[in-house]
Amino acid sequence: MAIKSLDELRKIREASAKKVNLRETGNSSEDIIEVLIGMATCGIAAGARETLNTFIDEIDKKDIKNIRVIQVGCMGYCHSEPTVQVNIPGNSPVLYGNVDEKMAIDIIEKHILNNELLDENILIKTFEKA
Amino acid sequence: MSKIRSHIMVCGGTGCVSSSSEEIISSLKSELKKNGYDKEIKVVKTGCFGFCGQGPIVKIHPDNVFYVKVKPEDAKEIIEEQIIKGRKVERLLYSEPVTDIKLDEYSKMNFYKKQYRIALRNCGLINPEDINEYIAFNGYEALGKVLTEMTQDDVIKVIKDSGLRGRGGGGFPTGLKWEFTKRSINDQKYIICNADEGDPGAFMDRSILEGDPHSVLEAMAIGAYAIGANHGVIYIRAEYPLAIHRLEIALKQARELGLLGNNIFSSDFNFDIEIKFGAGAFVCGEETALIHSVEGCRGEPTKKPPYPAESGYNGKPTCVNNVETFANITSIINKGSKWFSSIGTEKSKGTKVFALAGKVNNVGLVEVPMGTTLREIIYDIGGGITDDKDFKAVQTGGPSGGVITKADLDTPIDYESLKSIGSMMGSGGMIVMDEDNCMVNIAKFYLEFTQDESCGKCTPCRVGTKRMYEILDRITNGEGVPEDIDKLIELGNMIKDTALCGLGQTAPNPVLSTLHYFREEYEAHINDKKCFTGTCKALAKYSIDPEKCIGCTACARKCPVDCISGSPKEVHVIDQDKCIACGACYDACKFDAVIKP
Ligand SMILES: Cc1cc2nc3c(=O)[nH]c(=O)nc-3n(C[C@H](O)[C@H](O)[C@H](O)COP(=O)(O)O)c2cc1C
Ligand code: SF4
Ligand code: SF4
Ligand code: SF4
Ligand code: FES
Repeated sequence: MAIKSLDELRKIREASAKKVNLRETGNSSEDIIEVLIGMATCGIAAGARETLNTFIDEIDKKDIKNIRVIQVGCMGYCHSEPTVQVNIPGNSPVLYGNVDEKMAIDIIEKHILNNELLDENILIKTFEKA
Repeated sequence: MSKIRSHIMVCGGTGCVSSSSEEIISSLKSELKKNGYDKEIKVVKTGCFGFCGQGPIVKIHPDNVFYVKVKPEDAKEIIEEQIIKGRKVERLLYSEPVTDIKLDEYSKMNFYKKQYRIALRNCGLINPEDINEYIAFNGYEALGKVLTEMTQDDVIKVIKDSGLRGRGGGGFPTGLKWEFTKRSINDQKYIICNADEGDPGAFMDRSILEGDPHSVLEAMAIGAYAIGANHGVIYIRAEYPLAIHRLEIALKQARELGLLGNNIFSSDFNFDIEIKFGAGAFVCGEETALIHSVEGCRGEPTKKPPYPAESGYNGKPTCVNNVETFANITSIINKGSKWFSSIGTEKSKGTKVFALAGKVNNVGLVEVPMGTTLREIIYDIGGGITDDKDFKAVQTGGPSGGVITKADLDTPIDYESLKSIGSMMGSGGMIVMDEDNCMVNIAKFYLEFTQDESCGKCTPCRVGTKRMYEILDRITNGEGVPEDIDKLIELGNMIKDTALCGLGQTAPNPVLSTLHYFREEYEAHINDKKCFTGTCKALAKYSIDPEKCIGCTACARKCPVDCISGSPKEVHVIDQDKCIACGACYDACKFDAVIKP
């Protein structure tokens, strides 16, 4: 299909941008929200992979930009796996425990989109960025 | 649709492909499949990351982890540790040569810190075989803007104001060249991309074409619109099969999307590009020779004027630009001439890509703002000289350039300053030499190349470079005579003044410049029959230090021509007339008693 105008080009760009927005371009890493998911053996056993995929799906569905979902090794809270740390630039990091698929959706809707913390599930929130 | 949560980028540049990156890709894919992760993780083959000396390179997004020297058998560990468990594979991380600190993110590496990437912006970031990825990073926006919002003169003005100069060697202002070609009135005009890249050791143009082919196609279309051409030619050497393959894919995809062909962006501008292959002769990079070669004639230069802008391909006005020159165009259109001209020095704007090679720790492709010093390139980006040896000189400008010594390491690089110290920018080859490199031998190497590549059309170059080569050959064989130095200078200057094309006019440069900075080395070869570095085998005379030799006989047992005499526990002696300078005794002696010439 031929591109006939700049608008058509931009439409293709937007559709394609989704596929490459995981890639760090070195431009704006400052204002990117990070979601770190503990993916050590204990995390995986407790369902971290499902949690991870739920995050990816929701972010895609809600078309949230400037966010990266990164898996990390064991964060040291094996009793509360899966653990998820949310780093929003300018705020101190927040660590959640026992994050299942439903809670992943909650974290996105409440914490990431509306800046409401999910108090009852927070493990800790005053520590240095991992 | 995009349930993909991670991209594993594997370098698909020529350097990494030749060290098995294709196998890495297939191992990664099969490991992903085996573990059931192939639906959420994508493996992408990219262009050159520039860090070829550390290749094959694998970079993982969004984790932003950068692995070096990866082997196919590492795929399993990368998937099991990094992808499944989120743990870095420490042993594959890069460790900084000076500090030995392991670094995971590429932005922390000295190699990348001082670089500024315009021409190489997409190399290593996109899959060059997918036009959608190019479009995702703003591709074809500049062409759309040019065709729908700008006149030919607007385009020329932006390029002129940006201060962009040709990256193929000459440094001629690109906007001016476009203006001249636009002004030549004719029913048919051409735009040609010079991808001949003949400078030995240089691979910037190849990497751009392999890593980001659309950036060149888009820029050619913009240039064609500006000068009023509708036919483009890419002249590329047949020895670049991967670049040709990617170009062919790119051309096909651009045509499918109507970005090449008729009525591009619904305008009345029609443009298409064909690829022509060169046989890899250095002289065919010279624009008049290149045009003859494209026409199917012998690749021999002709005199200028007429310049191609008036009478070029098929006798029609033709604009010839280098690959890297083109690779800057779309960014200039998108970001404006002010942005571009704010980078660099007063007369040299923007960045320059160099192929850093020789005795530096970080061999690879680097792109730096004009005005960066050689010291920054060699020590900060290049990580210093290998094995902690002493820096001796760096050759820029390839066979047309000259050497730069320690005294000029702090020269900010631009077209004028390099010329003023007897070298030139050239296309961007940069070969670093240490104390072990013999300057006479380096000069001989380049002259051997140019006299071999001389097309033979004019006498000064055909015969003159041959004579110069013969003199150098004699000197390195210990048969030099004192008059040789003056003869080299006289011949060199004569060839420079009388040769027809740039090849002959610059061929003596490596000799004249090494003579200027390292005359004493020539004199030692000629008068004392000595090559300090031991490079010139005929002059290399090994000897034994009687103070240090303890008579262990190790050297005598290793000498292939039995020219070391001495009884056990007594000082050994080398018969220098028979010595073939193989160096075996030097390696054999554990007491540092053998003296290397
Ligand atoms: C012997 C010789 C070899 C050359 N080789 C190349 C080459 O490989 N690539 C290139 O772009 N220009 C080469 N040039 C320079 C071209 O003649 C021409 O100036 C250049 O392609 C113009 O493009 P630019 O203005 O974008 O630099 C060579 C010149 C000479 C004299
Ligand atoms: S200078 Fe050398 S390469 Fe150039 S035309 Fe003369 S002989 Fe040929
Ligand atoms: S350099 Fe080789 S040939 Fe010469 S003395 Fe040593 S071992 Fe023998
Ligand atoms: S190896 Fe060294 S120490 Fe031994 S005999 Fe030879 S020069 Fe002397
Ligand atoms: S070819 Fe892979 S980094 Fe250059």
